[in-house]
Amino acid sequence: MSTQAEHSSTNRRDFLFVATGAVGAVGAAAVVWPLINQLNPDASTLALASIQYDVGPIAEGQSVTIMWRGLPVFVRHRTAAEITEAQAVPLSDLKDPETDEARTKPGHEQWLIMIANCTHLGCIPVGEAGDFDGWFCPCHGSHYDSAGRIRRGPAPKNLVVPPYEFLSDTLVQIG
Amino acid sequence: MIGANNMNIRKLIIAAAALVAGLAMAPAQAAEGGAHVERQAWSFGGIFGTYDTNQLQRGFQVFREVCSSCHSAHLISFRNLMEPGGPQFSEAQVRALAAEYEVADITADGGRRPAVPADRWPSPFANDVEARDANGGSLPPDFSVLAKARGVTDPFPTWIFNYFTGYQEGGTDYIHALLTGYHEEVPETAPHDFQLPEGKYYNDYFPGHAIGMAPPLADGSVDYAEGEDGQSVPETLEQYSTDVAAFMMWMAEPHLVSRKQTGFAVLIFLVLFAGLMYGTKRKIWAGIEH
Amino acid sequence: MSEHSTYVPGNAVEKWLDDRLPVVRFAKEHLMDFPTPKNLNYWWTFGAILVMCLGVQIVTGIILAMHYTPNVAMAFDSVEHIRRDVNGGRIIQATHAVGASMFFIALYIHMFRGLFYGSYKAPREILWILGVVIFLLTTATAFMGYILPWGQMSFWGATVISNIFTAIPVVGENIKQLVLGGFAVGNPTLNRFFSLHYLLPFIIAAVVALHIWALHVPGNNNPVGVEVKDSRDTVPFHPYYTMKDLYGMVLFMIPFAWFVFFAPDILGHPDNYIMANAQVTPAHIVPEWYLLPFYTILRAIDFNVLFIDSKLGGVIAMGGAMLMLLIVPWLDTSKVRSGVFRPMFKWFFALFAINFVGLMYLGAQPAEGIYTVLAKVCTGYYFLYFLVILPVLSRIETPKPLPTSISESVLGKTAHA
Repeated sequence: MSTQAEHSSTNRRDFLFVATGAVGAVGAAAVVWPLINQLNPDASTLALASIQYDVGPIAEGQSVTIMWRGLPVFVRHRTAAEITEAQAVPLSDLKDPETDEARTKPGHEQWLIMIANCTHLGCIPVGEAGDFDGWFCPCHGSHYDSAGRIRRGPAPKNLVVPPYEFLSDTLVQIG
Repeated sequence: MIGANNMNIRKLIIAAAALVAGLAMAPAQAAEGGAHVERQAWSFGGIFGTYDTNQLQRGFQVFREVCSSCHSAHLISFRNLMEPGGPQFSEAQVRALAAEYEVADITADGGRRPAVPADRWPSPFANDVEARDANGGSLPPDFSVLAKARGVTDPFPTWIFNYFTGYQEGGTDYIHALLTGYHEEVPETAPHDFQLPEGKYYNDYFPGHAIGMAPPLADGSVDYAEGEDGQSVPETLEQYSTDVAAFMMWMAEPHLVSRKQTGFAVLIFLVLFAGLMYGTKRKIWAGIEH
Repeated sequence: MSEHSTYVPGNAVEKWLDDRLPVVRFAKEHLMDFPTPKNLNYWWTFGAILVMCLGVQIVTGIILAMHYTPNVAMAFDSVEHIRRDVNGGRIIQATHAVGASMFFIALYIHMFRGLFYGSYKAPREILWILGVVIFLLTTATAFMGYILPWGQMSFWGATVISNIFTAIPVVGENIKQLVLGGFAVGNPTLNRFFSLHYLLPFIIAAVVALHIWALHVPGNNNPVGVEVKDSRDTVPFHPYYTMKDLYGMVLFMIPFAWFVFFAPDILGHPDNYIMANAQVTPAHIVPEWYLLPFYTILRAIDFNVLFIDSKLGGVIAMGGAMLMLLIVPWLDTSKVRSGVFRPMFKWFFALFAINFVGLMYLGAQPAEGIYTVLAKVCTGYYFLYFLVILPVLSRIETPKPLPTSISESVLGKTAHA
């Protein structure tokens, strides 16, 4: 009898200790999370995570550089010749095979929008230069074609196309 | 005997500690020299209070159409107007609103471009000097945190109760009182031989009574749209003052609602945890005479 | 402390570590097995609560520093940026601001507990002095922290307090310029106060370590003030006091959370929501509540004493009021530690506590009329208590008979109950 009573009292005590410990652990975790989460981008930064840009004023054959998430972005209004040239390149010639269609939006093939950092070591390539009528990175000699694809040089990848969509004929939302 | 004495002293110390906690924390003092400010029933008052979205939208309308022609609110971004817990305009509304304003941007053609939601609310004047020149020498204060930069001095013991009720609406009470406290002529309640300086206005609640701001609002000065339910809100000075004061409180404390929500979770947790800790402590000490 | 070393390394790795860096032994002796009087009441939990407060301030402070800009043009807006835009920023900022007040509530309770139970008496003088040093460092840290939001009270508080230095004859003005880095409070002041506000808490933490070291040499005082006689008087620190202290901390967190979540600005001053302006003085300059008693003493001296003018006199009185705590162990020479057994002392002590609250209240009132008289009376009693009442009482008071041991007093209490 007495051992049984002792036993159940031990159980009750163990339960109380375990419950207290568990609740305490939950509380500690709930305190730790906001202390880490504050490191994440704040509301003012997130508000600029997505920008809208009107490409209308950019004439054919012109490029502008805009800023998005702290990075420079090329917006190029390509000429018909550049588009034809880019589309004619066979995939087998490419170091990082990607079609021109995959790098533009259907119906808006004249617009090429890319992050302006060379995929080698991050320099900004020069426009309308290089051996492939596209961009040339002077830092280490990477040549990109008129679709921003790597053709020659140390860069391993094509210039990165950010996520974007056309909200209207000329209004682009990047990010 | 030891125990009894101990209890007396303990009570004394507890009383002293309670007094330390209560008495000494100085009450807010800002609106001195003015008439008694009446407390209003704010939707965001008390521990359960939340903002009334419709009221914030109306308050924003008053701010935009009246106040913002002289007062800046440089900490407010357009995007704030669509965030949860605020006036909660739709993203399309905020974009359209922002586009009506121009902001400086050195990367834009001509250095200026239409605003986007991420931009701050543009100030009506380029600097304080310009603002003073345009307002008869008085500087219209920035609205961003103004509702918390004003307060009401409560007499003893009211301000002790405030610690327990969480009363923090002294600023909005004062703003409401100020907006409704104008007199066309110096009233009889004015201090003895009060002289109203040229270009000033008499206000019951403004410290010193002579305020540089002309009465900004009057009955009917802002047209409120009819609500979706066909209900209309009275277009009165009283209503405008209440609405714009509420909006100013939101500008100053935009996360009030989520802060209180988190607070309830935390307090409930702490009470539960304290109960468990008490049980644990009792169990551990059960065999010890102490 | 080796006399009660109970640690036996459990395996080869522990043995290896113990021969090189005995951290496990140290933790076991000082955090787990440390013999602690079994009759400590809840006033004793405030030591642990203060450690928690320091931890909370350091953690939230490091986070705030990640988002704060110490520049006169941007400081005010960067604090608002924290409140508005940083994830959870409003709550972290409120915890730091309210935390300062909670820190001082706990600190004052801890100090008054020590004063009542005679915890400063031999052999604990160094323990007490280190505690006073912590109090002074905490006051300095809190004061500099209050400057950082760069509101009107920040600016004018800094201006008023830095002018204290000009009371020093001959070199006062030079010292003030040295402290401010300019002729008035400005950007250099803000920058150096930010730097020091970040540094001092770590120095406080180091002094806290010394404070605990000094505590663990003689061991805890206790409510009856009779030294531990044998192991029947004590319990191991863990789990008895770890759990009791933890319970105290959780209880303390309830009012803490109340202020943070439901009244984060009520302990502050509305004027600090106005950005600092060197051309406009607020109608009423009030320091934070925890500095008010000493502020009252500073203001109370409005008369010249011989060649000391009122300004210097006020500074000396305020400095003296704080520094006098350092010599309390030698002012109170009564052999009996605990106020419980000192029938006259306890009334003077109660009056001292009420007087301290009075000083605090007066600091928030305008310095005019009846308030200036009361401020002088309260200041007078503050000094009278330490310089006259404590030494005299030690000689004339007949204490009540002490229990022979902690165990006896505990049993006696049970019998009476």
